[in-house]
Parts: sequence; structure tokens; C-alpha cells
Amino acid sequence: MYHIALKMLIGDRAKYIMLIGGLTFAALLMTQQCAVFFGLLSWTTSHLRNMRAAIWVVDAKVEQVNEVKAMRDTDVSRVRSVAGVAWAVPLQASILQSKLSDGNFKPIMIIGLDNTTLVGRPSRMLAGRLEDVRLPNSVIIDDLAVQRLSVGRARPLHIGDTFEINDKEARVVGICKADRHFFGYPYVFTTYDQALQFAPKTRKMLSLVLAEPAPGWTAARAARQIEKETGFSQSRGTGLRAFTEEEFFWSTIWWYFRNTGIPASFGTTILLGFLVGIAVCGQTFYSFVLENLKNLGALKAMGASNGLLSRMLLLQALTVGVIGYGIGVGLTVLFGLLVLDKGMPPFLMPWQLPVATFVVILLICVLAALLGIRKVWQLEPAIVFRG
Amino acid sequence: MTNEDHANGNGSARALAVHVRGVTKTFGKGDAATHALKGVDFDARLGEMLLIVGPSGCGKTTLLSVIAGTLEFDGGEIDVFGCALHGLRPREVTEFRKRNVGFIFQQFNLIPTLSLIENVSVPLIINGSSRRAAEKEAGALLDELGLAGRGRESPLNLSGGQQQRVAIARALVHQPRLVICDEPTSALDKETGQHIMELLRRVARKPDRCVIVVTHDSRVFKYADRMTEMEDGRVERVHEGSSHYKEDAEH
Repeated sequence: MYHIALKMLIGDRAKYIMLIGGLTFAALLMTQQCAVFFGLLSWTTSHLRNMRAAIWVVDAKVEQVNEVKAMRDTDVSRVRSVAGVAWAVPLQASILQSKLSDGNFKPIMIIGLDNTTLVGRPSRMLAGRLEDVRLPNSVIIDDLAVQRLSVGRARPLHIGDTFEINDKEARVVGICKADRHFFGYPYVFTTYDQALQFAPKTRKMLSLVLAEPAPGWTAARAARQIEKETGFSQSRGTGLRAFTEEEFFWSTIWWYFRNTGIPASFGTTILLGFLVGIAVCGQTFYSFVLENLKNLGALKAMGASNGLLSRMLLLQALTVGVIGYGIGVGLTVLFGLLVLDKGMPPFLMPWQLPVATFVVILLICVLAALLGIRKVWQLEPAIVFRG
Repeated sequence: MTNEDHANGNGSARALAVHVRGVTKTFGKGDAATHALKGVDFDARLGEMLLIVGPSGCGKTTLLSVIAGTLEFDGGEIDVFGCALHGLRPREVTEFRKRNVGFIFQQFNLIPTLSLIENVSVPLIINGSSRRAAEKEAGALLDELGLAGRGRESPLNLSGGQQQRVAIARALVHQPRLVICDEPTSALDKETGQHIMELLRRVARKPDRCVIVVTHDSRVFKYADRMTEMEDGRVERVHEGSSHYKEDAEH
């Protein structure tokens, strides 16, 4: 009977297309909006991927990775002295203004790396040598900086070119690939000492300490030890706060959930996709069942059980669900492929997302089918004798 | 006799196919209650084509529905091929209907999105036949009913008479012992209606089968072996043969 159920479904072209269209729209809206949302959230933690370290030590009041509360230079030594820390290096991160050839200014994210070890260095160089960043006034810029800072130039910024950071000349010695920052600032890497030269002077200049646990210590245990030995207290704002990479990631994500309207905004759109899916699919499928009530009554009169008719309806609903899901997620992937190269808008589709969308679409279909099934169970086969 | 025997309709062999005693059916409650059947007594025999006639609203279709097991009744007893419908659970009634009853409806009730062969094969598939076997059998029956080579067409391409022929094929394909026809000619012109009745007599009436037709189309009364006349929820008269009605029809 299942092939008959499918033919009944496909035969009603208008409703079939309407059902698939509704579910495609729901799947597209939910998956695409989630992917943009995840992409945006991933931007908030770009520091973690661009500078990679097992332990991140920050001021006691810092809650997320983009928040900079300067520490004293001596705090590096405090961290190094903690049992369980193999090594610790300073890192400078600040937002500065760079001057473009046409006279305009663009904000950049300058990262000052430990002079000796260059810990926190970019993971992928596109051009130039990493070591050259130790040369005077040298910087390594990311590909976004090439795009943003080349405005007004005859050709894009390249190795050997100079530009101004905070009225000081910076020479490009390398181009790297970096994950995009949440605020869209291009990354400019230099050494810690040179970063202090570019940045305006303040009483405290150290932004972060990157550390590695000693052999036999986990990052989490070493982080707790740092907090213990430096007398960390968030409420009093004393000591140093230490995060493992994963702790800092989730702390940042939850901070954005708590403090911005982004999740609510995307959540509303995603919920809208779900509701549109339910409304369109439920209403269309129910009207499909109503229009076929005579036929279903005839099948029931001929001896088709409620169970058989329910399975037929479920098959019909799930069929349009799977097709709608396939098209919707396919369109999302296409969207992703188109925008990933451009880098805008943000897009991140972990494998869990299409799986979750599939489950939600199936849920929509089952709910829609249940409306029809309820009607069929109430249906008296004698309906076929009524004109 | 076991429940399964009941569901299969394997009761002891009798001349009576359908035996109805004191059946009542009321729709609605209180002041809005409509007493559709008021203690109906009714018999149909094996091998006969029996017509149930009467004015609109007299309870013909309700009686047909309760005999076919598509509508629950309030009181009385119904035995179909020795199987007491009043003693069966709903699931057993469905099982009984599946195996023993074929339906022909006033509006044909063919599924428009299925081909003729698929429409006719439905009862066989419901009864557990494979799709291939069911379609083969359905195709053969359609050939026999004059629709050879048209099995893959849509019912929408057919005339009313042709659609009713397909409906007859669907009603008979699984060899039911009781064939229920609700106004099978009312949507057809006179000539087509008579062809359909001739066809029904030819293919449906067999010694081990009973055909019950509800109609108020007097043009087809002449095809009845017996005729039961209903009025106001009761059986008023039973006519052996149809000569009386033949005369009425001619006038």
C-alpha cells in the first residue's frame, strides 16, 4: 500500500509542491540562520584559534577572550613561578588605528608576540618568513588586512610595503591566514616589544599571558593552580584568572549569549523557520487529508486498518520531509560555498547542525501527519455512502 | 466456531447470506435524535441480487452500512454468512470486511491519482497480495470487463460508465461473498445504467455470493431477484421477483 500512498501524494501536484516548498523553506531558514549564527559565534573566539595556547591567563575581571584588562609585566613572572607551569610568555593585544594611503583610518587588531619564542604566532603563512617579524618596525598582516588596508593603493599591500600604525611606520614582512575577528578588525602580528611601541603608553601594557602546563599536569589543573597561587578572586578582583582553551571558548560564547541580543535575534528567526514549517506543512497536509477523506474512507471500508492508513500518512509526510530537508540543506551548503570564499557573512556548519535540522524537520512532519492520522482514526468508513 | 472463523465468515452453510433482526440505529441525542433504523428485520439469500428501495431518508443507506460493517448499530443482531457482526470487536469487523465484502459506490470513489490497475488492485493488496500479483489479477479483470489495454490510464480519462466498471472490478477482484452497491446507477444515464446492472448481474451474482443494491432508480428494478421496500426506518414489504416494479418502471 505504500506505493499507493506515494502516488496519492505525488498525484496532488499543488499540495506536493507546497509541502516540499514549505519544508524546504523551513530547513533552509533553520540551517542557514544557525550556520550564520555559529559562524558569528566562532568569530568571537578567533583569538583562541589564531594564537593557540593551552592556558590563557588574564586579569581577574576578564570574562571573555575579546576583553582586554591590562596587567603588570611582572604578572608573567608570577605565572612562570607557579608549580605546574612549564613556560609562560606575554602577549599584547590592542586595537589601534592604521592610516590608509587615501588618508582614511582603519582599526586593526595588533598582536604582540613574545620576542624570543613568537608563541601565539599565526598558524599559516601565505607569504614571507615568520622570523622576519623580529626586524625593526616589522609586521605580519592577515589576508583581511591586505584587503582592508590596500584602499587607495595602486596594488594590494605586499611584502616590503609600509603603512602607518598610530603614526608610526610599519613594514609588511609577511602575510598570513587568520580566522576573522568578531568586530572585523584585521590581525596585525608583531613582536611584544614592537607592539608596545605602536600602542599608546599606559601604566599597564600586558594583555594576556599564554602558558603551557608542565609535564604530568593537565591544562585545567595547572590553570586552577595559577588561580590558587596568585590568589584569584573574581568578586574582589584580585589575583589572575586562568582558563584552559576550552574554558575560555565556552566562557566567551556564554558571555555573548548573556550580554548581546545576537542569540535572541537568531533564535527568533530559527523559531520562525520552525513555526513556518509547522504551519505550512501542518495546514497543507491536513487539507491534503481532508481532500482525500473520501478516498481514505473507501480504503477503510475496503478493510484498510487504522494502523495501515496511519503508516501511509506518515510515509507521505516523511517523504516530503526528506525531500524538503534535502533541498533546504543543499541550498544552505550552496550558500555556504558562495560566502566562505568572501568571508562574509559568517558561516559555520558543524555536522551536528544538519543532523539537528533533520530531526526537527522529521518532527514537523510527524506533527503534521498526526493531525491527519487523528482525522483518519475518527473517520467512519460509512462516510463513503454519504453523497 | 473461533473468532477467526467468524472474521473469515466461515459459518455453517446456509441459504441465508445476511440475516438481520431487530436492528436499530439512532443518530444524535435528545431532541436532535434521528431514528434511522427502527427494528429492521431483513434477509438476503445466497446467489441473489437483492434491491433495497424506498424514498430518500427511509434508512436504506444506513441499513446497507450496518450490514457492510462500516457503521456500528445500537441494537439487534446481524449475521453475515453465519458470522455475528454484533459479537465482533471493531478490529474483527474490519478483518471481516476486508475478506468478505466488496463495495460499489454511487460516486465510484476511484482514487484519481492511481491508474485503473492500481485502483482495482487495492483490495488484493489490503488482503496481503504482492503488488505484482495484485496488478496482474486486476489487469485480467479489467480486460474481462471491457477495459482491455486501458489499465495504465487515469480514471479521470474515463466516462461515468467506464469508471463504474472499474469500480465493479475493484469490488469483485478479491472474490468477496457479499457485494454492497450504493446507488450504482444514479450518476449514470439510462443506457449506461442498464449496462452496469447487466454487468453486475453477470459478474457479481454467483451461487456463493450475495449482491445487495440500494437504489431509488426505478429503471433498474427489473434486474432484482427480490426487492425490499423500506419506509421510515422499517422494512415495509419484500417482493419476490420484480414484475410489480417492472410495471411501475414502465409507467
